[in-house]
Amino acid sequence: MTTALKEWPLWEIFVRSKQGLEHKHCGSLHAADAAQALEMARDVYTRRQEGVSIWVVESKAITASNPDEKGELFDPAADKIYRHPTFYEIPEEVGHM
Amino acid sequence: MSAAVDYLLHLADNALVLGQRNAEWCGHGPILEEDIALSNVSLDLIGQARLLYQLVATLKGGDCTEDKLAYFRDTHEFRNYTLLELPHHGPLSGYAQSSLEYGTTIVRNFLYSALMALLWEALEKSANADLAAIAAKSLKEVRYHLRHSRDWLVRLGDGTDESHARVQASLDHLFAYTQEFWAHSPAEAAAIAAGIGVDVTTLRADWDAIVDAALSEATLQRPAVSGYVTEGKQGIHSEHLGFLLAEMQSLARAHPNGVW
Amino acid sequence: MYTQSFNVPDSPGAKTVALAPSSEDPALQAAFDARIDADGRIEPQDWMPEAYRKTLVRQISQHAHSEIVGMLPEGNWISRAPSLKRKAILIAKVQDEGGHGLYLYSAAETLGTSRDQMLDGLHSGRAKYSSIFNYPTLTWADVGVIGWLVDGAAIMNQVPLCRCSYGPYARAMVRVCKEESFHQRQGYEALLVMMTGTAEQKAMVQDAVNRWWWKCLAMFGPPDADSPNSAQGMRWGIKRVSNDELRQKFVDATVPQAKVLGVTLPDPDLKWNEERQHYDYGQIDWAEFWETVNGNGPCNKERLATRVKAHNEGQWVREAALAHAAKKKAREMKDAA
Ligand SMILES: [Fe+2]
Ligand SMILES: [Fe+2]
Repeated sequence: MTTALKEWPLWEIFVRSKQGLEHKHCGSLHAADAAQALEMARDVYTRRQEGVSIWVVESKAITASNPDEKGELFDPAADKIYRHPTFYEIPEEVGHM
Repeated sequence: MSAAVDYLLHLADNALVLGQRNAEWCGHGPILEEDIALSNVSLDLIGQARLLYQLVATLKGGDCTEDKLAYFRDTHEFRNYTLLELPHHGPLSGYAQSSLEYGTTIVRNFLYSALMALLWEALEKSANADLAAIAAKSLKEVRYHLRHSRDWLVRLGDGTDESHARVQASLDHLFAYTQEFWAHSPAEAAAIAAGIGVDVTTLRADWDAIVDAALSEATLQRPAVSGYVTEGKQGIHSEHLGFLLAEMQSLARAHPNGVW
Repeated sequence: MYTQSFNVPDSPGAKTVALAPSSEDPALQAAFDARIDADGRIEPQDWMPEAYRKTLVRQISQHAHSEIVGMLPEGNWISRAPSLKRKAILIAKVQDEGGHGLYLYSAAETLGTSRDQMLDGLHSGRAKYSSIFNYPTLTWADVGVIGWLVDGAAIMNQVPLCRCSYGPYARAMVRVCKEESFHQRQGYEALLVMMTGTAEQKAMVQDAVNRWWWKCLAMFGPPDADSPNSAQGMRWGIKRVSNDELRQKFVDATVPQAKVLGVTLPDPDLKWNEERQHYDYGQIDWAEFWETVNGNGPCNKERLATRVKAHNEGQWVREAALAHAAKKKAREMKDAA
């Protein structure tokens, strides 16, 4: 079997720091496949008990939003202030709602 | 020396000598990720050695310490398997210099971890409660070492033609040394009789099964072995341990009254 | 540790970064400038001037190279560490430096340069790394002194980089800085313990301090007056504090630590200046520094050759892993079909 001289693929690493919290992106690394990426993530990103669970995703599998479209994607939410609870005034005697 | 002390030293020396060997890769690994992974293995092993030496020091009393045991015993007093002291390369005499060969590292870590995954599990039931506690901690660590080395064994065995040939050569070189696992030393026999140690021969079928399954997945041939059975655990070592200890102990011995 | 605070141009062959504003799309350039001026962050997908990208790749990869070359001088003492505790600490410390290299290569990769390309720059001798690692570690005390002074100097350099304008670099630096304080403290504590030991041990510590002190001061890079790239780095928010300012902070922080330790810093001109409210210090030997940066220090060739050897000898291992992954994938596809 001949192998082209190429680099191991890049993986994005997500770590759950403790039970009950979400997985959070913490960095990336190179590994030949997903199984190896998991093991290496354990050694690279959880040496100080930073995690209880790891996800790995090959970097090229991630589709990112285009920063040029930031305006049309995210700005329209700015004026929907009625989505926030503080938009509504409730008589004080009602108490916490 | 009591049966317990000699047996604990065997376990401790195994961990220290292999930890020392694996640490030789720190900064020289085949890829950064793997460099970091191997250092973790080394740190686990040195941690195990320290706990075991501390236990021995308590049993011996007096001014014995973990560092006295590690740094001020000579070659013939070390009780590790000969397998673990060998340099990371093929069969060469002690003074012959060579490069680090990753196949050798992986094969040795695999053969030893496969044994220790079984042995630590059995030692969780040791009559010596302190040893049982160390075994429970070490078992988790060695299960990861086994996973790591087995994974690489399969990758290298079933990788390229070159990696297959290299790792098969490492296996051919090292496999004969595993015969020492199954030959009881007097210290082991005494520890077994006292309920402290485990009769390793009862683990042999399971070890064979772990090894054979991995070798088959790795498309590697299990070498037939016969002849000289090493006796490191009785203090009769290869030419290599002397160099390893000379280096490891040099600074501590140059300053016998030093504090670190 | 170990950013090269000064941004040394890589050797001939590498392109020099244009300092003039680019001729690229003025609207994009204006938006970029506005974000930088507002102390905003740039993320990988964002438009950025080519010069900014190149400068970052150079700075981050030099920093990454420094971390992994930096594993060698201290790694030199792992096998001989004088106690098992110190051996474990040192392995963990050197391993961390490898981790730092990895985080930084990853950060640089977001700029479109592969790790292999960066390593090629290092291995071919084009790319620079922090010159502090071109000096030998002659005794065990060097390990302690490197932790205390070299990591200490690196922390001074790196803390401001946690606020760097490029998001992935800043985030990598946050992770690195968290780990660095362990490095400095373990080194200083190792020296404190040695100073309670034998006369030989104390002499060993003083000797190591004598050999490393001036090299550490030089780590902050040439005086501000001689650092032409600094201004652009400041403008871009990828350098936050000037070389001389960082060096002064380091001196001021270190003098009292040396006193507690009981060692003398080898500089007759070192004294408190009441007026400046800082310590004055003597002349750094910049000629020696530049000789070493340019490849003619005591260990340059050894360090580089050692990295090249590790990389070359690891090639069959890396290839095998890839080949195996490909085979496994092919088998899975066949099974699924
Ligand atoms: Fe570092
Ligand atoms: Fe560091």
